[in-house]
Amino acid sequence: MNGSVFRTMATYLEFIQQNEERDGVRFSWNVWPSSRLEATRMVVPLACLLTPLKERPDLPPVQYEPVLCSRPTCKAILNPLCQVDYRAKLWACNFCFQRNQFPPAYTGISEVNQPAELMPQFSTIEYVLQRGAQSPLIFLYVVDTCLEEDDLQALKESLQMSLSLLPPDALVGLITFGRMVQVHELSCEGISKSYVFRGTKDLTAKQIQDMLGLTKPAVPMQQARPGPPQEHPFVSSRFLQPVHKIDMNLTDLLGELQRDPWPVTQGKRPLRSTGVALSIAVGLLEGTFPNTGARIMLFTGGPPTQGPGMVVGDELKVPIRSWHDIEKDNARFMKKATKHYEMLANRTATNGHCIDIYACALDQTGLLEMKCCANLTGGHMVMGDSFNTSLFKQTFQRIFSKDFNGDFRMAFGATLEVKTSRELKVAGAIGPCVSLNVKGPCVSENELGVGGTNQWKICGLDPTSTLGIYFEVVNQHNAPVPQGGRGAIQFVTQYQHSSTQRRIRVTTIARNWADAQSQLRHIEAAFDQEAAAVLMARLGVFRAESEEGPDVLRWLDRQLIRLFMFHLRRSPFLQVFNNSPDESSYYRHHFARQDLTQSLIMIQPILYSYSFHGPPEPVLLDSSSILADRILLMDTFFQIVIYLGECFHSGFGWFVLVQTIAQWRKAGYQDMPEYENFKHLLQAPLDDAQEILQARFPMPRYINTEHGGSQARFLLSKVNPSQTHNNLYAWGQETGAPILTDDVSLQVFMDHLKKLAVSSAC
Amino acid sequence: MNVNQSAPPVPPFGQPQPVYQGYHQSSYGGQPGSTAPTTPYGAYNGPVPGYQQTSPPDYFKIKSLGIPGWFSGSVPKVISQSFSFCPLPSGVSRAPPSSEAPPASTAQAPCGQASYGQFGQGDVQNGPSSTVQMQRFPGSQPFGSVPLAPVVSQPTVLQPYGPPPTSAQVTAQLAGMQISGAVAPALPPVGLGYGSPASLASASGSFPNPGLYGSYPQGQAPPLSQAQGHLGAQPPQRSAPPQASTFTSPASGGPRMPSMTGPFLPGQGFGGPSLSQPNHVSSPPPQALPPGTQMTGPPGPPPPMHSSQQPGYQLQQNGSFGPARGPQPNYGSPYPGAPTFGSQPGPPQPLPPKRLDPDAIPSPIQVIEDDRNNRGSEPFVTGVRGQVPPLVTTNFLVKDQGNASPRYIRCTSYNIPCTSDMAKQAQVPLAAVIKPLARLPPEEASPYVVDHGESGPLRCNRCKAYMCPFMQFIEGGRRFQCCFCSCINDVPPQYFQHLDHTGKRVDAYDRPELSLGSYEFLATVDYCKNNKFPSPPAFIFMIDVSYNAIRSGLVRLLCEELKSLLDFLPREGGTEESAIRVGFVTYNKVLHFYNVKSSLAQPQMMVVSDVADMFVPLLDGFLVNVSESRAVITSLLDQIPEMFADTRETETVFAPVIQAGMEALKAAECAGKLFLFHTSLPIAEAPGKLKNRDDRKLINTDKEKTLFQPQTGAYQTLAKECVAQGCCVDLFLFPNQYVDVATLSVVPQLTGGSVYKYACFQVENDQERFLSDLRRDVQKVVGFDAVMRVRTSTGIRAVDFFGAFYMSNTTDVELAGLDGDKTVTVEFKHDDRLNEESGALLQCALLYTSCAGQRRLRIHNLALNCCTQLADLYRNCETDTLINYMAKFAYRGVLNSPVKTVRDTLITQCAQILACYRKNCASPSSAGQLILPECMKLLPVYLNCVLKSDVLQPGAEVTTDDRAYVRQLVTSMDVAETNVFFYPRLLPLTKSPIESATEPPAVRASEERLSNGDIYLLENGLNLFLWVGASVQQGVVQSLFNVSSFSQITSGLSVLPVLDNPLSKKVRGLIDSLRAQRSRYMKLIVVKQEDKLEMLFKHFLVEDKSLSGGASYVDFLCHMHKEIRQLLS
Repeated sequence: MNGSVFRTMATYLEFIQQNEERDGVRFSWNVWPSSRLEATRMVVPLACLLTPLKERPDLPPVQYEPVLCSRPTCKAILNPLCQVDYRAKLWACNFCFQRNQFPPAYTGISEVNQPAELMPQFSTIEYVLQRGAQSPLIFLYVVDTCLEEDDLQALKESLQMSLSLLPPDALVGLITFGRMVQVHELSCEGISKSYVFRGTKDLTAKQIQDMLGLTKPAVPMQQARPGPPQEHPFVSSRFLQPVHKIDMNLTDLLGELQRDPWPVTQGKRPLRSTGVALSIAVGLLEGTFPNTGARIMLFTGGPPTQGPGMVVGDELKVPIRSWHDIEKDNARFMKKATKHYEMLANRTATNGHCIDIYACALDQTGLLEMKCCANLTGGHMVMGDSFNTSLFKQTFQRIFSKDFNGDFRMAFGATLEVKTSRELKVAGAIGPCVSLNVKGPCVSENELGVGGTNQWKICGLDPTSTLGIYFEVVNQHNAPVPQGGRGAIQFVTQYQHSSTQRRIRVTTIARNWADAQSQLRHIEAAFDQEAAAVLMARLGVFRAESEEGPDVLRWLDRQLIRLFMFHLRRSPFLQVFNNSPDESSYYRHHFARQDLTQSLIMIQPILYSYSFHGPPEPVLLDSSSILADRILLMDTFFQIVIYLGECFHSGFGWFVLVQTIAQWRKAGYQDMPEYENFKHLLQAPLDDAQEILQARFPMPRYINTEHGGSQARFLLSKVNPSQTHNNLYAWGQETGAPILTDDVSLQVFMDHLKKLAVSSAC
Repeated sequence: MNVNQSAPPVPPFGQPQPVYQGYHQSSYGGQPGSTAPTTPYGAYNGPVPGYQQTSPPDYFKIKSLGIPGWFSGSVPKVISQSFSFCPLPSGVSRAPPSSEAPPASTAQAPCGQASYGQFGQGDVQNGPSSTVQMQRFPGSQPFGSVPLAPVVSQPTVLQPYGPPPTSAQVTAQLAGMQISGAVAPALPPVGLGYGSPASLASASGSFPNPGLYGSYPQGQAPPLSQAQGHLGAQPPQRSAPPQASTFTSPASGGPRMPSMTGPFLPGQGFGGPSLSQPNHVSSPPPQALPPGTQMTGPPGPPPPMHSSQQPGYQLQQNGSFGPARGPQPNYGSPYPGAPTFGSQPGPPQPLPPKRLDPDAIPSPIQVIEDDRNNRGSEPFVTGVRGQVPPLVTTNFLVKDQGNASPRYIRCTSYNIPCTSDMAKQAQVPLAAVIKPLARLPPEEASPYVVDHGESGPLRCNRCKAYMCPFMQFIEGGRRFQCCFCSCINDVPPQYFQHLDHTGKRVDAYDRPELSLGSYEFLATVDYCKNNKFPSPPAFIFMIDVSYNAIRSGLVRLLCEELKSLLDFLPREGGTEESAIRVGFVTYNKVLHFYNVKSSLAQPQMMVVSDVADMFVPLLDGFLVNVSESRAVITSLLDQIPEMFADTRETETVFAPVIQAGMEALKAAECAGKLFLFHTSLPIAEAPGKLKNRDDRKLINTDKEKTLFQPQTGAYQTLAKECVAQGCCVDLFLFPNQYVDVATLSVVPQLTGGSVYKYACFQVENDQERFLSDLRRDVQKVVGFDAVMRVRTSTGIRAVDFFGAFYMSNTTDVELAGLDGDKTVTVEFKHDDRLNEESGALLQCALLYTSCAGQRRLRIHNLALNCCTQLADLYRNCETDTLINYMAKFAYRGVLNSPVKTVRDTLITQCAQILACYRKNCASPSSAGQLILPECMKLLPVYLNCVLKSDVLQPGAEVTTDDRAYVRQLVTSMDVAETNVFFYPRLLPLTKSPIESATEPPAVRASEERLSNGDIYLLENGLNLFLWVGASVQQGVVQSLFNVSSFSQITSGLSVLPVLDNPLSKKVRGLIDSLRAQRSRYMKLIVVKQEDKLEMLFKHFLVEDKSLSGGASYVDFLCHMHKEIRQLLS
C-alpha cells in the first residue's frame, strides 16, 4: 500500500513536473472532483499557476496563424485534444463540440502528415501572426532628479548604459522631474529642448497632449493600414526617437542632467512631482502609441511630495505614513494618491503599456500608493536603498537580459484568454493583470481574485510572470461526468514579442474527472501541495490587499493548516509588523507574479548550513539551526543572508575567527595551502550566494553579517522561534540561539491548531 | 474760435493786408519815434491812468485786445511803463484803484503795464519805449490781436496794424484779433494814421491796435480812440464789430467782444498793450529785433505786424484763421505775404492782410528764444525760495543751494495762494512734475550719497520727513523742529552739532542733507522688502518668435543686437561689470525658457505650454551673469533665429509671458525688468486673451472711452503682482495691425515701464530706430522696486498723481521700475491756510534699489512761496508745466469721460484761469480785449495743441492703437517732452549760414511759415520730418540728397545719404543732435512739398487748422477770448 502510494506519488510528481516544464502550468488538483459540491468540500480550490511565457527553448514558434473554432462564442483554437476527421477534413472543437472545416491550407493533412498543433507534445504551441503593424518597442524613462549627487550620477550612468542594451530601433523618451516635470524633446540638433509642466497640477490626458503639441493632426489612429506607421513616429518624433538615431544626443543629455535646481530649505523634503510625471508619461504614450508595447520606467529616489499623487508633505518633521498611521486612518494623502495612481494604472493598462517602478531610497517612496501602477500593468517593481548599489544596477541591467534566441525577456500588451470545457468556469485570476471584462459562457459568477471575465490584459510580462487562475467546477452532483471523462482548459495568450512580432501562445490541457467519493485517493494523490500552498497564499495576499489584515489571517487559518502556513502567517505578505507599507507592497507585488519555486522561497525561506564538519546541508528554518560553528546562508528571495555563527566552545571559535579574519587575510592565510580549507569554508557560501544573485530578478539584498550584527535581524526574524527568551533555559544553550520575540513557535502553533481541529470536529 | 470765424474773412483780409503794410511801416516808424507815440498815448492815458496803476500790480502781459480796450488800456499802461508820464495820467485815472488787484476792467492796459513792472522786468520797461515794445509785441501782440480781431473787422485790423507798432502790447495783439475789426476801421481812416499810430506805437503803438480792436468797436471805443488818437480807428472799429463778426467766425464773439470790451477797452486796451509790450520787450526787445528777420522781424516790425495782424486776427477769426494759415485759398495770396512777413518787417511794405496776423499773437518761438537769451547764460541757483526756473527749452546749469533742481521738480507755480479760496478762484492747478531720477548734464554732480549708518536716515518722528535743509535746529542743536509738521524731535547724539550765531549748524555745509536740495541716503535693512537686503536686479528678454516676428526679421536682428548689447548693462559707479543678471524667454503660443548656465556646453530650452497657469520651469541657470555665461548666451542667440526659422505659429499669448517673467523674478527673489518684444494681438487661448475690438464708429460717442480702457481686468491684476515683486515691464510692439495697445500697455504703465511701438516693422526701415531705442532702454539707469512719497508742509497735500506707476493707497507711489525719463506729476490741494512767511515745502522721497542692488533713498526738497495776492500767483507760473499737468489730466480723463467733455473741461479751466487773471490782476479794460498773464501767454496756443492732439481729436488716419500709445506715452512725459510733443519744433535749414554751429532758430509750426525754397526739419520728440520745398535750389538738393532735382528725391526716405559737403554734414549733424536730445529715437521721414506724405507732416503744423477739425491757433485764441468774456460777464 505504502509502496503503491509512493509510486503513485512519484508518478504524479513526474507528471506535475513534466506538465510544468511543457506547459508552464501547475494545478492544485491534477485530478478534478467531478461536481461542485465535492469541489467545495476540497477546501483548496481548483486552480492553477500559469506561466504564460515560460521559456521553451525547444519550442520554435510556427509561422502561421491558428485555426479557430467557427462558433462565435467559442473560437477555441485547434489543439491536440480535438478529434479530427482526416478524410472529411473536419475537426471537432473539444470545448463546444462544433465541427469545423479545415481551412484550405490544411488540405494536405492526414494521420501521418499532421500540423504541429495536432501533435500531443504541442499542447503548448506558439504562432507568429503575420498581420498587424509591427511597431518598435518603446522605453520611456521617467527620472527623478531630486537625488543626492552620487545617486544621480549612478542613475545617469545606468541609464546611459541601458541605451546600449536597447534594441537599436526601439524608441526612447525621457521625462525628468523634480519640482517641475520636463519632457525632453530628443529630435533636435544643438539646443536641447524640453517641455516643462508644473508639478502640482493634475492635467487631463487631453491637456497634456495639447501642451505637448501632439494633437495637431486629428488623424484617427488606424493601425490596421500599412501606411500609418510612418505617421506615428512623425507625430511623436520629438519625444520618442529610435535609439540608434539619438543615442549620442541622449547620452549627452543624460550626462548634463542637473539635480533639481530648486533650493530645498532646511527641514524640508525636496518637492518631487512623481504623480504628475507619471501622468504625463502615461498621457504622452496614450496620445502617441496606444496599444503598442511600451514601458514607462520610473526611477524615483523619494516620496512624491507635491501635486496629485503626493504621499507626504515636504515638511521633514512629518514622517511618511506607517502602517500604524494607516490603521489609525491617519495617512492623509494615501487615499487620494492611491486613487490617482490607480487611475493612471488603469489608463496605462487600457493602452497596453506597462509601468516599472525603480525606487531607491532609505526611506519609503510611496510604493504603497504607486503599487497598482506596476501591479496592474505587469511592470517591475524594484526597491533599493540607493541607485548607487549593485542591487539596483544589476537588477536594472537584468531587465534587458536576453534569452537563448537573443530576444529580450519581455513581452508586451498580452491578452490572456481562458477557455474551459463545460464542467468548469473561470472564477478569476491573481497576478499582474487587469480584467478585460469579457463575459462569456465560461465565466463564473463567483469571483476569486480578478474575476467576472475570462480575458485579462497583461501589459508587461516576462518568462517568469505567473498568474494564479482559479476555477469553479459547475457540474452538478446529480449529473456526473462520464467515467474517464476529461476536462479541458485552453489558455490563449496573445502578445507582442520583444522582436515586435505579434504572437499567440496556446496551451491546452486536460485532466481527468474523478468522483470524490469513490476515487478520493486518486484525487488526494494528485494534490499538488506546493501549488496549492502558493495559490492559497496568493488568495490570502489578494485579500490582504483589499481587506483588513486580521480577518485574512483568520480566513487563512480556517482554510488551511499546513506547515507552510505557519511561515506564510509570519511572512511579510500578510504580516505588516516590522515592515513599512512600502515594503509590504513590494513583497506582495513580487509574490503575485513570481513562479511557483520563487513563491515557495518567499513563503518559506531556505536555510543552508556550512561547517567544517561536512558539506553544506539544508537545515530547518528554526532558531535551533543557528549554531555557533556554522555559517548559515538564508535565501528569502528578497534577501540573501550570510550569517557567521559565534563560537566560544569549539577549538577555534568563529568569534575569534571573526575578530581576526582581517588579520588572517592580511597575512594571506587563505592563500596558503595549509589553510585552504579555511579559504574554502569562507568562500563556499559566497559562491552559492553569488549563484543565486546571478539568476534572480530582482536582485536580492545581499547581507553578509555575523552573530550579533545588526543585520542579523534578517535571519532572526525568519526562523521559527523555537527558542526564545521565555524558554531559553529549557532548551539549553548549546543547541541554538534564542530569539527575542513574543511570536509563537511552530510547536505552539501546531498544538493550538490541533486543539482547534479537534474542537471544530465536534 | 469758432464763433469768431463765422465772419467771412476774405474781405477783411484784403483790407487788413494793406493795413499790414501800413502798420508795419507805421510800427516801424512808430518804434523809432517811440516818444512820439507816447504822447498820443498820453491822450489815451488820460482815461487809463487808473488802469495803469492797477496794471502794474498785475504783472501780466496783457493779451486781450478788446480793440478799444486795448487802446485805452494799453495806452495808459504803455505810458506808465514806457513813459511814466503818459502812463501816469492814464494810470491815475484807472490804475490807482486797480493797482494790483485792479479788476479786470481795464486789465489790459494795466496788465500790460503791471506785467512789465512787476515782472521785474523793469528793464523791459526801460526798453519799453521803442525796443521794449518791439519785443513785447511778439508776445503781447499775439495775445492782444486775437480778441480784438473779432470785433474789429478788417478795417480795424488795418488800423490795429498801425497800432501794432505799439503792439508792444501783446494784449493788443490778442485784442487785435477782435480789435482788428475795430482797429481796422480806425486804421482805415487813419490809413495814414497807421503810420502815425505806428510811430506812436513805438511808445504806444500797440495801443492803437488794441484800441482799435476791442474798444473801438464798442461804443466806448470812440472816446478812447479819440483819446488815444486811435480814436479815428475806434470809430471804424465800431463799425468793424459788425465786420468783425462777419469776418471772424467769432462774428458772434466779435460782436460780443466789442460790446463787452467796448466800454472798458478804450482806456484799458491801450494801456494793456503798451504794457504788455514792455514786458515782452524787457529782455527780448533788443534781440528780438535783430532776429527779426521773420519772427524777430516781427518784434521790431512785428509790433506793427501785430497790430496789423490784429486786424488780421479778426479776419482769422472769421475765416482768416483757417485761411491765414494757408488752408484757405483765398488767403493764399495773402499768405505768400505771410511768409514774407518775416521779410516784410524788414521791408515794411504792406501786406495788408486783413485778419489777425499770426505774428501778432504770442509766439512760442519768441518766448523760447527770449528765455534762452535771458536765462541761458547764467546758472540757475536754487537758493532762493519760489524762484521760477528758466524754461525747459533753455539750456542752463543748475547750482543746488538748497532746493531741488528744476530737472527734478518743476511746479506749475512757484508761488502758491495762501488759501484754498484763492486757489479755487484762480483755478490754476497746483502741481509738481517730478522726475526723481532725472539725468543730469555732465557739468552737474549727481546727488551725494549720505550714509547715516545703522540707525538709518534721520527723520521726523511724527511725519517721517527726512532731514533736509529746512529743518530748524533749536536748543543749541539738541533738537530740531520739523519743517513739515512742526514736531520737535531730539537730535540723536551721534548727529549732534553746535549751532552758529545764526542758528545754523556749524556743519551745515559739510552735510548734503543740510545744505542741498537733492541727495541720497543709504537705506538700512529696515527699508528693504522682507527685511533682507535686495539682490541685484535682473533683466529678462522675452521675445516673440511667432511667424510675424520671424518674417519681419525682427528676431534675427534682435538676437544679433543683444549679443553686443549685453556688455552695456547699466552698472553703478566705477564697477567693471554690471551686477545685473539676464535671462531669456521666447514665446509664441507657448513659452520657451532657456537654461544658459555657464557650465553647460549648449543652452537648454524648456517649453512651458501650460499658459493658463504660468510658472517658471527653472531657477538655477535661468538668470545668469553675462560674463560668466557669455559662450552659452552667444550660442543661444545664434540659435534662436534658426530654431524658429520655419515656424508657422501665428498665435501668441501675452499675459502669461509677463506672468512668467514676474514669477522668475519672484523665484530669484529679486527685482528686475522684462523686455518684451511682441508682435500681435494675443488671441491664443490663455489668460489675458484679447479680441479685436477696434471700432472707429465709437469715436465721438460716449463709448469712445472704452477704446482707451483695457479689455479685461486681468492685466491690472497682473500688474499689481508685478509691482509687488518689483518687476518692471518694457514693451516693444511690432504690430502689423490692431494689437490693442490700450490693453497691452496696462502692465508697462502700472509698473513704470515704457512702451515702444513700431508699426509695420521692417528691418530695412526701422532697424535703426528700434536698435537705438533698445540700446538706450537697456542701458539706461533704472531704480527698481521703488516707492515714492511726496510730503508737504502743513497746508497743502498731494492729492493726485499722474504717471506710470501703481498706487495701492493714496499716498505711496509704487514703481516697479523707474528710469531717468519717467516723470510723476503730482497735484496738490489746500487743506489749510498757508503762511506767506514760511512758504510751502515739498519733499519727495524715493526709496529704490539701484542697478547694483543697493537700497537707497533719494530726497528732493523744494520750497515755494505763498501769496495772498493772485497776481503773485500769475506772475510765477510756468506754462509748460501747466500744460504737462493739463495734458496728463485730460489724457487720464478720456478713460472715464467722453472726449468732448474732456476737451470742454480743459477749455473751461483755461478760460477760468485767464478770466480770473483778467478779473483780479489785469487793469480794467474792455472786455473785448484779451489779456493774458505774461507767464501764461502761451497757454492758449499750447492748450490748443493739447486739444487737437491725436488723443483728444483724432484724425481719420490715426489708429486706435496710436491714440492709446500716445496717451500712454504722455502720461509719464516730463515738461520738456510735453512741450515739444505738443508744439513741435520746426527748424529751417538753409536760412542760417552753413558755418554756424548753433541750431538754427525755430519757426512757428504753421504752413505759412514754410517757404517753398527752403528745407525744414520738424520734430516733436517722436517724429522727425525733413520737409523739402518744391523750389529748393538744385544745389541744395544735390548736396543733401545726391540727386539732381527735386522730383528725384524719394518721398518717405528715412536716411540721408552720407555726403561730404558742408550742408549734408550740417543737416545730418543736426538730425543727430536732435535725436540725442530725445529719449526715443526719431525716425526721419523726408517729405516733399505737395507730396502725399505732406499730409502727415502738416498734421504737426499745430498752429494751423487741422484736418480733423482742430482749431487754428488764431481761431482758438478767439474762442478762448469769447469764453473768457462769457465768464467775466
